[in-house]
Amino acid sequence: MANSIKVRAKVKDGVASIKCLISHPMETGVRKDKKTGEKIPAHFIQEVNCESGGKSVLNAQWNGSISRNPFLSFAFKGAKAGDTIKISWVDNKGESDSTEATLK
Amino acid sequence: MNQNRRFLLKGTLAASAAGVAISAGLLTPKAAMAAWAKDAFTATDVNGAVTAAMGSADYTESGEVKLKAPDIAENGAVVPVTVTSSLAGVESIGILVSTNAQPLTATFNLGANTEADVSTRIKMGKTADVIAVVKAGGKLYSARKQVKVTIGGCGG
Repeated sequence: MANSIKVRAKVKDGVASIKCLISHPMETGVRKDKKTGEKIPAHFIQEVNCESGGKSVLNAQWNGSISRNPFLSFAFKGAKAGDTIKISWVDNKGESDSTEATLK
Repeated sequence: MNQNRRFLLKGTLAASAAGVAISAGLLTPKAAMAAWAKDAFTATDVNGAVTAAMGSADYTESGEVKLKAPDIAENGAVVPVTVTSSLAGVESIGILVSTNAQPLTATFNLGANTEADVSTRIKMGKTADVIAVVKAGGKLYSARKQVKVTIGGCGG
C-alpha cells in the first residue's frame, strides 16, 4: 500500500494547516454484495497518527462510518517552513502506511 | 426484548467503564491513546459511546463548539463535517451520528499545540443529528445539528 496518503501542508504565521486524503475502501462490514447477497467484511482505518518533531500532533481514531477514501484536515501551532511531519494509519486488518511531508 | 442481548450490552458497558478507569489512573495518556477504543466504537447508543470514549456522558450544549455540516446531504456516503471550538485547552473531539448503528464515528486526540479545528467526511444512513463532543479542561461540551439525507440523489 505504497503512496496511499496525499498530503498538503502549509504554514502561515506559525500555524501549519494539514490536509490529507487517504485511499482506502472503508468497508463498514454491514454492506452486502449486490450480486451474491453476502456481507462484505469490515475493512476500515482505525487510527491515524500525525507527528511533528517527534511529538504527537493528532491521534485520530475512526469507525467504519468515515467515508471511503477519507479526508482529514487539522492545524497546529508552533510550526515553521521546512519542518517535516509524519502521517501514518493502521486499519482493522493490520495493514498500514505512512508518509512524510515537508511544511511549505 | 431478548434477554441475552440486554445482558451482553450491560456487560460491555461495565467493561468499558473499567477500561476508562484503568486508562485514567494507571496508564500514561500516551499509552491510553495508542489503543483503538473498541468499546466506544461498538457502543450502540450515543450516551454509551460518549461515556466509553470520553469518560462521562455528562455533556452540555455550548456555543463555543461549532459544528459545520450541510443542512441537506445529497449523498449520505460523503457528508463533510468540521468541528471547531474557541474553548481553551481542548483535549479531544468526538463526532457521533445519532441514528447510526454504532454512533461514534471518530475521535481526535489533540496534541499540546494542535488547534481545535478538524474536518473529515462521514457516512450517514439516514436523516439524523450529527453531534460533536469536545473535551476541554476535563469537561464535555457539545453541539448538534440535524442533517437531512436525501436518498434519491436528485438534490431535492
